[in-house]
Amino acid sequence: MARIEAEVGRPQGGFLKWIDDRFPFTATLKYHVTEYYASKNFNFWYVFGVLAFVVLAIQLVTGIFLTMNYKPAAADAFASVEYIMRDVEWGWLIRYMHSTGASFFFVVVYLHMFRAMLYGSYKKPRELIWIIGMLIFFVLMAEGFAGYLLPWGQMSYWGAQVIISLFGAIPGIGEALVEIIRGDYSISDITLNRFFALHVIVLPLALIGLIFVHIVALHEVGSNNPDGIEIKQNKGPDGVPLDGIAFHPYHTSKDLVAIIIFLMVFSAVVFFAPDMGGYFLEHANFEPANLTATPEHIAPVWYFTPFYAILRAVPDKLWGFILFVFAVLLPVFLPWLDRARVKSVRYRGWIYKSALAIFVVTFLTLGWLGTMPAENIYVIAARIFSALYFAFFLLMPYYTTIDKTKPVPDRVVYHG
Amino acid sequence: MDRLRLLSGVTAILALVISADGFASSAGAELEPANIDPGNISSLQRGARNFMNYCSGCHSAQYVRYNTIGKYLELSEEQLVDNLMFNAEKTFETIQSSMPAADAARWYGVAPPDLSLMARAKGSDHIYNFLKGFYLDPESPTGVDNLVLAGTSMPHVLWELQGYQRASFAEHTEGGVTSREFDGFEQVTTGMLDEEDYDEFVRDTVNFLAYIAEPIRSERRKLGVWVLMYLIVFLVIAAMLKKQIWKDVK
Repeated sequence: MARIEAEVGRPQGGFLKWIDDRFPFTATLKYHVTEYYASKNFNFWYVFGVLAFVVLAIQLVTGIFLTMNYKPAAADAFASVEYIMRDVEWGWLIRYMHSTGASFFFVVVYLHMFRAMLYGSYKKPRELIWIIGMLIFFVLMAEGFAGYLLPWGQMSYWGAQVIISLFGAIPGIGEALVEIIRGDYSISDITLNRFFALHVIVLPLALIGLIFVHIVALHEVGSNNPDGIEIKQNKGPDGVPLDGIAFHPYHTSKDLVAIIIFLMVFSAVVFFAPDMGGYFLEHANFEPANLTATPEHIAPVWYFTPFYAILRAVPDKLWGFILFVFAVLLPVFLPWLDRARVKSVRYRGWIYKSALAIFVVTFLTLGWLGTMPAENIYVIAARIFSALYFAFFLLMPYYTTIDKTKPVPDRVVYHG
Repeated sequence: MDRLRLLSGVTAILALVISADGFASSAGAELEPANIDPGNISSLQRGARNFMNYCSGCHSAQYVRYNTIGKYLELSEEQLVDNLMFNAEKTFETIQSSMPAADAARWYGVAPPDLSLMARAKGSDHIYNFLKGFYLDPESPTGVDNLVLAGTSMPHVLWELQGYQRASFAEHTEGGVTSREFDGFEQVTTGMLDEEDYDEFVRDTVNFLAYIAEPIRSERRKLGVWVLMYLIVFLVIAAMLKKQIWKDVK
């Protein structure tokens, strides 16, 4: 008897309740994971958000270990990378994972963005998710650019030289701005040191903050799907969308399969071709930065080359820079450039489908042109494809209005 | 059907990735392939001998330790000390050149570059052709020029072995522009090695340079096979788990 009485006075629910009374642990878990409902007909294109998260984790963890041995000084940087590659236990693996991760970050983010263009994920009510996503992309570009200077190889140095000097084209403040970025009259030890600070503190913090907001915004409105149907408009008696299934365990178990397949491709690069034929690790970057010898051919890493090709297509430095900035910024306005009534490419007409196909070819071709020397035929091709790039966005309000769309069904298409 | 497509897609990507290892052939000058054999330990041992005897006088390999070489090339500490370590005391030391860089820069106009990473920066084929590409040029201060790297300040260090050769060029005039095109070598003096043996000598040396550029290469490839096998097993389990969980999704 005495024992039962004692138990009555004890708080029920155990440790979890103790936490929940003080922090919304269970509620948060339900809201974002076990009771976050997303469409059951997600296809191949819907794995890249999760994969971007996986790459972020890889970059953060390997990055921490790299900073333990890397020395951000012009005199030591190159040698410290080789020290990591040769003398640090498993250093080669950590470094290759980080360098491969950088490229794969852009691979999955580009595919993630393409998914949004396929299924109209940027359209109302997801405009803000798209804009935050674009901000993530900008920070990621800055992160990649700052990180690329750190090994202090020839291409690190001269690539940074070319890109930073672009800001000098801005009338009036240009030269002063370039000096502020470099912290010196040329790229030097000081530049390397501040790029290190940006790469390991400022930009990753911004990245993580933006990704957090990106996901909060996504979970507020709910995920889009390949049919571009708002699944919340068809709810069952329990308030759960009829076409939705819980993120966990349904989507997580599916994502796990995708993550493993991704890791297979990732490992294949890390273990069998970490240079990727000079695209992931450029050959010239195996020579230490030499301030007196310009490499015969300077090409930025592949993930910047589409925009670099646009930059070089213009003979004037200032206009090249303006078009470059314009090309990077334009996708931000997609939610308002796209006037179609339907979201998904499945229910759009032939005009948008063709425009999107041409855009894919354009982007890939520009990427290839950016790696080639700026000579004769390549420059002419870069001009044609730059025009196509801008046409895709600027003509969009027109061609998405006249494009004939198909009726969108009430429920998502799912074949079990 | 979908699964089959996915599987073939992944396999294609893996095959593509693995074939991307090493140096993509660059456009421009046509290079004779070096055909090195990274798994051939005796070739690497000969290459190490060649490097220490003919290269390390002027060129350092400052990121490479003798004991790292010893382990992979199956050489004992004594063998390292007796045969390869001319100016080093301890096997953990790195390969330093005997020539002070500042003096070298004054003598040659440019200090001989460190060779630790040369094979990754330039490619094996490039170095192979470079070492075979010296030809007599009376206008050059060293008496030779190079077909692969015109105007190089490096003398023909291996002249004793290869002998000297002369290069003949064919001149083409097209639209008022005259261009010189290489038209073959012609042996002037004979060296200690015949052509075939000299090629072999250079090949071994390049093999060694490719090895020191990335000593971990063979280990990473071996480990990669295990990692991929592990992931395949993991993939099967994960796919079964997904199927089980999704059973009730209609």
